[in-house]
Amino acid sequence: MSAERFKILTGNDLLTGDVTWWTGSNWSRHVNDAAALGEDAATIIAAEEAARRVVSAYVIDATRDAEGVRPAHIKDRVRAVGPTVRLDLSLRADDPAATTWIA
Amino acid sequence: MAETLIRLRDDAASTAPVVAFADLSEAGNTAAVRLSPGDDARALLPLLDQLTLIEVEFPAYTDGRGYSAASILREYGYTGELRAVGDVLVDQISHYRRVGFDAFAPNQPITREAVDKAIATWPEVYQRTVDGRAPIWAARHG
Amino acid sequence: MYQYDTHDQAMVDARVAEFTDQVTRRLDGTLSEEQFRPLRLKNGLYLQLHAYMLRVAVPYGTLNSRQMRVLGNIADTYDRGYGHFTTRQNIQYNWIKLSDTPAILADLAAVGMHAIQTSGNCIRNTTADHFAGAAADEVADPRPYAELLRQWSTFHPEFDYLPRKFKVAIIGSETDRAAMKLHDIGIQVVKNAAGEEGLRIHVGGGMGRTPMIAPVIREWLSPLQMVSYLEACLRVYNRYGRRDNKYKARIKILVHEIGADEYRRQVEEEFAHILTLGLEPPAAELDRIKAQFADPAFDPAAPDAIDRSDPDFALWVDQNVHAHKAPGYGIVTISLKPVGGIPGDASADQIRLMADLARDYSFDELRVTHAQNIVLPHVRKADLYAVWQQLDAAGLATPNLDLIGDIIACPGLDYCSLANARSIPLAQKISQRFADVERQRDLGELKLKISGCINACGHHHAGHIGVLGVDRKGVENYQLLFGGSEGADTSIGSIIGPGFSEDGIVDAIERATGVYLARREAGERFLDTWRRIGNAPFKDAIYG
Repeated sequence: MSAERFKILTGNDLLTGDVTWWTGSNWSRHVNDAAALGEDAATIIAAEEAARRVVSAYVIDATRDAEGVRPAHIKDRVRAVGPTVRLDLSLRADDPAATTWIA
Repeated sequence: MAETLIRLRDDAASTAPVVAFADLSEAGNTAAVRLSPGDDARALLPLLDQLTLIEVEFPAYTDGRGYSAASILREYGYTGELRAVGDVLVDQISHYRRVGFDAFAPNQPITREAVDKAIATWPEVYQRTVDGRAPIWAARHG
Repeated sequence: MYQYDTHDQAMVDARVAEFTDQVTRRLDGTLSEEQFRPLRLKNGLYLQLHAYMLRVAVPYGTLNSRQMRVLGNIADTYDRGYGHFTTRQNIQYNWIKLSDTPAILADLAAVGMHAIQTSGNCIRNTTADHFAGAAADEVADPRPYAELLRQWSTFHPEFDYLPRKFKVAIIGSETDRAAMKLHDIGIQVVKNAAGEEGLRIHVGGGMGRTPMIAPVIREWLSPLQMVSYLEACLRVYNRYGRRDNKYKARIKILVHEIGADEYRRQVEEEFAHILTLGLEPPAAELDRIKAQFADPAFDPAAPDAIDRSDPDFALWVDQNVHAHKAPGYGIVTISLKPVGGIPGDASADQIRLMADLARDYSFDELRVTHAQNIVLPHVRKADLYAVWQQLDAAGLATPNLDLIGDIIACPGLDYCSLANARSIPLAQKISQRFADVERQRDLGELKLKISGCINACGHHHAGHIGVLGVDRKGVENYQLLFGGSEGADTSIGSIIGPGFSEDGIVDAIERATGVYLARREAGERFLDTWRRIGNAPFKDAIYG
């Protein structure tokens, strides 16, 4: 587990609106698949948006914790999991620790 | 074929030099003027008889001031060419037409076909505007 | 209520065709996101935290059972089994796919519904008193005017790219149940000394970053000049509203900066010109619409007695049933604020149940309130018990209307990309802290409103107790306000002091209610006591 920050890329799927994370070669719905970015974020965003594989892509800070990739801002942690008040609809429906991880 | 000037008029396009509103002076022969979004269209009212072309700029299509400018010019009797220039996109064409524009000079060329199709979007209209179409309330009450 | 004729139907059908084409062109790349975004917003489609969110319009908060049932079916077919009723009388779905939106809009159009102009820098849904046509204190039903405004504002070509969003509210009684003065334009239907019906027009109210109460711009306007006058109001705004700064772009800023007198002068000048253009629909059109809002066939012999032997039912009658203008009837408010629940949310099954109850017991009509509840406007007193039993079985009979448990909360950071903090978990904690219904009734009318960010969709400025969620160095923090009111005595709440954690503000609110109980005088609500004694006793109790 490291407190060292790195950059990852996130956005939404154009068709479905699903939250997506850039894996280095494609988009995943799971934040733990998010890959550390180099200097080429703008190029990736431009290419992926032009190819309509993503919409509203943006770069965020993240760290690694025991569970994997942890977005630095609470808003993106909510995006990574789902609404804390409807965890039954989230990606961690059976995980009682989900809300703690978000907060 | 995508074009950079589409006119919905039968007369010939004006060849007069287009004077920016800010550059208008007392010298009274100007026949063509360009309005920027912040310009007051009513300032042109004394010139309406001599103007054959008024361009209304849309630097960004989301700046809707040009719609009011066009409406005002037509309401006060301007019958010359009213041309929307700049960030003019197909999806705003039907509204441009309704407020009185009869020519388009888009930054990104569009086809005459697309313009005609856009204008036909609304089989009926709720409001009376300068385009003269009978609004729905008129159809209801004769 | 208003029924679409073939003309209205043609308009929503044309809109479905237009948007379907726009979605196709987005998906094939003809339209970029930058070009598409304002177009989808004008069809109520946002890109939110988890997915697309679709906001469906419920014009002036009125709908029938068939429409309500379709709203429930949409939740099941295209979403995840529930919908959220909003503070503008609309409904939102949180898990929408862009590719499904044309089909959803087609389903809505089939029952005379749409998502037109529920977002974007255009004229939005006109909201109205949710007791319209039923309340005993009504001067005139404001909804025919709201319907006229709906038609006038729909696809208005001059006002599709305003500096910012534009919201209108209209009421028909001295009791303001629609927060009218906190809107860009607020309209009150009034009668002059001769008994003639007219409109009083307020312009320049709003909440958000700079809350303002709308001044009166026109004291009395003939109903047959409403469209022309509003054209003038909107044209002045479209031409002179600020476009340099998104946070200074509402009409309230323009009216404030040039002054109400100058704004009025410009509007009257434009109005005089517009009156020459023949834009006003004829009196026959207003009459045609009014005829569709005539009273349903109330039974003059409907019994007035209510059997109160069931104490839970009696409690609900006392709290959630309002006096109706027709003897033998009552106005039922269905609370969507169960203890510990998500304010304003309803499952598809609950939505369909409410539709059935409207069909069977309320002349086929429902209302959505800006407090995120549902109203059955015309229920026989003799039927109240049957209605209550069915509501109770479905978790819809919480007897907390206007009490502290009747919390207004925006979706907040659990759903909304604009939010700084979550609002729903806080609402749930407050609701649970004050779960005891006798305690709530002892506290009396206490309008508590929570916003997860400064955009104030939770109307926190107008709460007797208001909460504003903020981001304090990446951690959620909550500011506490007292003294806001949305009624005829409209006032804007003031912040009491430094912010709190989520648990901290629940405690602070509880202490505040303690101060009220200790200091109140006969007949005073929380708001009245605060107005009388001021912030100091509350600050002392809270910050110690």
